[in-house]
Amino acid sequence: MNGLTSGFGAWNPIAWALLFVGILVVAFIVRSLGNKSYKRGSGQTKVFLSGNDEPASADALHVRGDHLYWGMVDGLSAYYRRVKAWHTGIFSDYIAWFVGVLALVFVILVWVG
Amino acid sequence: MTALTTHAPVLLIAVPLLGAFAAPLVGKLGRGARNTLIGLIVLIVAALAALLAVDIFGASGAPTVYELGGGTFTFPLSGGQIPVRILFEVDGMGAFMCLITALIVLTGAIFSFSYWKERSGGNLFFSLFLLLTAGIFGMQLTGDMFNFFVFLEITSIAAAGLVGFRVWLKQSQEAGFKVMAMYTLSGLFVLLAIGLLYGQHGHLNMATLASSISGGLVDTIALGLLLTGLAMKAGAVPMHMWAPDAYGEAPAPTSAVLVANSQASLYGLFRILFTLFGVSISASTTGWILIVLALLTIFVGVTMALIQSDLKRLIAYGAVSQIGYMMLGVGVGLAVSAAKPEYGLVAMQGGIFHMLNDAACVGLLFFASGAVIRASGTRDLNRMGGLGHRMTWTSIFFAIGAVALAGVPPFNGFASKFLIYEASFKLSPFLAVIAVLSSILLLAVFIKAFQAAFLGPKTDATAHVSDPSLGMMLPMAALVLVIIVFGLFPGFFVDQIVTPAAKALWLGRDAYIHAVLGGV
Repeated sequence: MNGLTSGFGAWNPIAWALLFVGILVVAFIVRSLGNKSYKRGSGQTKVFLSGNDEPASADALHVRGDHLYWGMVDGLSAYYRRVKAWHTGIFSDYIAWFVGVLALVFVILVWVG
Repeated sequence: MTALTTHAPVLLIAVPLLGAFAAPLVGKLGRGARNTLIGLIVLIVAALAALLAVDIFGASGAPTVYELGGGTFTFPLSGGQIPVRILFEVDGMGAFMCLITALIVLTGAIFSFSYWKERSGGNLFFSLFLLLTAGIFGMQLTGDMFNFFVFLEITSIAAAGLVGFRVWLKQSQEAGFKVMAMYTLSGLFVLLAIGLLYGQHGHLNMATLASSISGGLVDTIALGLLLTGLAMKAGAVPMHMWAPDAYGEAPAPTSAVLVANSQASLYGLFRILFTLFGVSISASTTGWILIVLALLTIFVGVTMALIQSDLKRLIAYGAVSQIGYMMLGVGVGLAVSAAKPEYGLVAMQGGIFHMLNDAACVGLLFFASGAVIRASGTRDLNRMGGLGHRMTWTSIFFAIGAVALAGVPPFNGFASKFLIYEASFKLSPFLAVIAVLSSILLLAVFIKAFQAAFLGPKTDATAHVSDPSLGMMLPMAALVLVIIVFGLFPGFFVDQIVTPAAKALWLGRDAYIHAVLGGV
């Protein structure tokens, strides 16, 4: 009743959830076996910034939205240059894309069938 | 069958339509009276949609016909009669779509009560909100192509008004203009197609048209116009560019209902492809057109979401990409509909199930974004941070909506995407690879949004923020409940409502025609 079968695969969320809870319990047990010498407020709780001193302002500690995937976006810059160029925000370009797709669909439907 | 169930199709349109005109008048008595009226209307609408669903799904998705005015015809017809009255025809797919709309309208209206509490213009907002609701229900229930166009136009006018509602913001006005113009363009091409079909066949009733469409050149041109016009209104790439503008600039509850509006256009497209044209035009070619548009929509949508720094535009691009998953599932089903292999129905189930899951997840994300933007005073992710310290519940709700939409188990998004992955893999592994890769990217997108908005240290800027009022929290909690319940028990819902809806489209063309025309 709760699961899904596709005819070639199966998905049972209750079994998955039980397994997930089981793994959490094991993780908690392993964690409880860890070193008990943790001291709140000591150097152990300082933010590690590649050996640099922690900034005085809390704002400076936060990784902002655009910084998170900077490397990935830079790596895909060739793709993004093209895709961003489509998104001009100009209304007549929106119409052009619509007309282009309409023409292509006509060609495919009429000539390919 | 009770009288209420019998008249549910017309009441689902008439009640919000009357409410749309009554809202500004009742609003003169005060906000309390207006909210009571709107609350009553959305509750009645939800109850009617539930009644209709129980009736249709109880009959395994068999279509029912409602004649406006009644008494002229007895359905199914006999002796070569032609239905010339306004007809509503509801099958499993129509009833399923009404449930989605009812869910979003109910939660959207309750959210709006608190959202508009301290703002002016609430009377007109709710008037447009209910007008949009009536139009969406009309598109989903009508059995007549011209009425479909009329309801499409009602949704266009109301949606443009809602998107451009905040006239004091220039971006809002620009987005409203773009939506109005693009929707009008879509409506004109749909009207042109309907005119061509009427000129060729002399009918406007969908069942009668379906029985006479043969796949000639005029039919093919009409199909191209309908396919492109409705795909554009659904937000398919590369005709999607209005969508981030609209979803991004509209007030948060409106953005959620706009998603239901896009899904209504997608429903119209599916209805036309499967019921109106069926096998009379090469389903394989049309199916592959849908698949190619779907892949573009999925990939471009999610990669554009990744580089957004505006929270609402980020969610908007995410919502665009999800339209692609629905098109992929149904496109695979259409491409193989002649041979009808087992995976074709599975693909249809996945695509249709994802419509419901997407509405719940994207609705939740837009509501949560509304709460976040209101609290922080900005939409810019580069200026947010640390909100999770004081907006605990909102951050939990946002996280659940995000992981569910990205297809992380055990939430509902995974259940529908699982069916789409498996079935599209059977047609071509390449389709499944793009679908899975894009889901992973979407998770990355929402990790970025969550990290930027909710994580980070407490700052002076976040000292004054808090979770929104109960009126805004309850709709979000209700959608979270839907996400969890549909995620944990997908088999039950797929059996009870998704499969009858999928079969109504995939296998139900003859039954749809027969319900009106009898043994034709």
